[in-house]
Amino acid sequence: MKYLDEFRDPVIAKQILSEIEKTVTKPWVIMEVCGGQTHSIIKNGINQILPKEIELVHGPGCPVCVTPLEIIDKAIAIASKPNVIFTSFGDMLRVPGSQMDLFQVKSEGGDVRIVYSPLEAVKIARNNPEKEIVFFAIGFETTAPGNAMAIHQANREGITNFSELVSHVLVPPAMTALLSSPKNRVQAYLAAGHVCAIMGWREYEPIAKKYKVPIVPTGFESIDILEGILLAIQQLESGKYEVSNQYIRAVQRDGNRLAQDLVNKIFEVGNRKWRGIGEIPQSGLNVRKEFVAFDAEKKFSVGNIVNQESEKCIAGIILQGLKKPYECPAFGKECTPMNPLGATMVSSEGACAAYYKYQRIKND
Amino acid sequence: MTEFDLDLMSCPLPKMDYDTIQLAHGAGGKLSSELIEKIFLPRFGNKTLDKLEDQAILEIPANRIAFTTDSFVVDPIFFPGGNIGDLAINGTINDVAMSGSKPLYLSVGFILEEGLSLEILHKIVLSMEFAAKHAGVQIVTGDTKVVNKGSCDKIFINTSGIGIVPDGVNISAANIQPGDKIIISGTVADHGIAVMTTREDLSFKSQVQSDTVALNGLVDDMLNVSKNIHAMRDPTRGGVATTLNEFARQSNVGIQLYTDTVPVKPEVNGACEVLGIDPLYVANEGKLIAVVPSNIADKMLSVMQKNEHGKYAKIIGEITDKNLNIVVQETGLGANRIVDMPIGEQLPRIC
Amino acid sequence: MCLGIPGKVEEIFDENGLKMGNINYGGTLNRACLEYVPDIEVGQYTVVHAGFGISIIDEEEAMKSYEAWEELVGYAAKDGVDLYGNPLREIEESSK
Repeated sequence: MKYLDEFRDPVIAKQILSEIEKTVTKPWVIMEVCGGQTHSIIKNGINQILPKEIELVHGPGCPVCVTPLEIIDKAIAIASKPNVIFTSFGDMLRVPGSQMDLFQVKSEGGDVRIVYSPLEAVKIARNNPEKEIVFFAIGFETTAPGNAMAIHQANREGITNFSELVSHVLVPPAMTALLSSPKNRVQAYLAAGHVCAIMGWREYEPIAKKYKVPIVPTGFESIDILEGILLAIQQLESGKYEVSNQYIRAVQRDGNRLAQDLVNKIFEVGNRKWRGIGEIPQSGLNVRKEFVAFDAEKKFSVGNIVNQESEKCIAGIILQGLKKPYECPAFGKECTPMNPLGATMVSSEGACAAYYKYQRIKND
Repeated sequence: MTEFDLDLMSCPLPKMDYDTIQLAHGAGGKLSSELIEKIFLPRFGNKTLDKLEDQAILEIPANRIAFTTDSFVVDPIFFPGGNIGDLAINGTINDVAMSGSKPLYLSVGFILEEGLSLEILHKIVLSMEFAAKHAGVQIVTGDTKVVNKGSCDKIFINTSGIGIVPDGVNISAANIQPGDKIIISGTVADHGIAVMTTREDLSFKSQVQSDTVALNGLVDDMLNVSKNIHAMRDPTRGGVATTLNEFARQSNVGIQLYTDTVPVKPEVNGACEVLGIDPLYVANEGKLIAVVPSNIADKMLSVMQKNEHGKYAKIIGEITDKNLNIVVQETGLGANRIVDMPIGEQLPRIC
Repeated sequence: MCLGIPGKVEEIFDENGLKMGNINYGGTLNRACLEYVPDIEVGQYTVVHAGFGISIIDEEEAMKSYEAWEELVGYAAKDGVDLYGNPLREIEESSK
């Protein structure tokens, strides 16, 4: 496939690796903040072939993983209501809530459907006027424009039986929170390529300057990631700390203004709890008052929900890059993809799931 | 993949008392007889079936008989390249053939939903007739039940099959040993993607066709090269990854897949990328995986490639004594990744 | 979640007042909403995420860095060796 296969070419990947080997002289810690990049790194074994000086740590880049437990429980409560068709991307179905997951709601008779786009949920609402259709709107800045368009479209068509359960999170506040922590070890960031396709990289410039960290918007294929790491290492070795774009084929400095404008019209920034990390100020998106009719949290009263996280799960520490999945005592034992204790083991992009699936053996 | 176009079939539905299936069609009376005489016998008929006894009496000159059964509940019942009928015939023939046996006879059990269009049933029966004849297999006994509307989804089919195991053939996962090579007979994920992209809720338009076909002819060609095929299986639900993991666990060996050798059609690959699924985990209905001693692997491959159902066969890996019970693949960057067993049903009701 | 796949726009049309496209991914077509890339034309490539085109692929930029690496690989190849000084045939074997 064009624009995919070329960027997986192993011969070129090895050339970039050899450039990295020639450039690096001291130990460095680099974090990627996107689940898709984590997945690609682990699946291709990039972490195994880098020179020992470079340590890759995995950040809170999986929106499924950081969705607060209360929201999952709310989703389950709404999906269990008799007149509701609950729609969601596939990854959310097996994320454990306090008692169960959405998949179990489905097997007990709830109408839970997987969709690949929020517009499909609007279509279901159009075709089922007697039911209430709810879309589970989670994601980073990449997904917000699509979710905004769905509300915009439903509003335009006068569709009243559609709403979204929103749990959107923003990357820069999370990066800042990690960088301000006294435990922080991260010296450079690979920024999420598709988040940057929407938002551009302007908002990373003050972060790079203030915390003196190079930030490199990076793509997802093996060549992209290796090139992103090379750009980061080149800056680190020369003492620079700028934003340097690797993903030039898809990202411009200003991003996609149309997408940003519609997101600002439908949503507003607010505080948001990140599962495993805690509340990060101004790090989430909520539906604006004018569009409250499309806000499922306000539309459905689901009462008081008592949350119970597993005590053994250290997903929060892993999401901050402070430990690797295999350093968790429960990894591969009580906690496996079949019996996940936390979201990082369930989501296809969670760090724990990636390590378990692709690298749980020792390579010689 | 069936080669005939249902729309062009000059075989119209015979005149029947009703357009749709009624409960009485399964009750053993007049309507049941009409169904058998006008729909099933004309298409499936042979000496044995025509007797219409409660059982088929068969003379089978064999020391060992292979016997298998499978049920088919695929949704949707028609998809590019086939339908539930083809799957039911080819699937069971293949299960028999994977033991190296020559498939001879099939039984067919229908469970029909009240209200199913007879026209649709007839089309399915026509494809079953074609598939069975193409494979040289007879349908010798059958049964039909009808359930209330809503108690099953249009049509479910069970087929059982028997075949003769030739002398000197002992194909079983127990034979697998380090050093053996692994051969796949063609491109993967065609069936699963054909079904998935047809489902109404997705907006795909693709040329992908199911690969459903009987493989007994290909297996005959392979046995002519050597009877010493160690193991053979068709990677249906769960795909190539599941079958290989089963081999690794059952035989207590390790499996090393080579980089990028598993053949996938570009349009199937495109659909997999968009859906975020790995072709190694998607169902196939016209492919087999054979594990053979390394000294016959190249000859076996070239003979398979001469058969129309093995044109794109490739050697994709080998059996090792490292990383036991696990399947690993070299990533192209010098690292190994695990190809794990899938957790849940990636694509429900795929066959 | 970040799954964004590059595809070629084959057809552009209107559906329910939204600009939509049929996008070709290696031979399979699927629909996506093109409201966020209104200037896109048939024949161009877009990154599609969750059913929305989010960016028009800059084909010139895409090839710039790729070709730069290819050139380096090519220089080594002219000398009859690969990047690690091994005789050239070994590249062809390992990259297949």
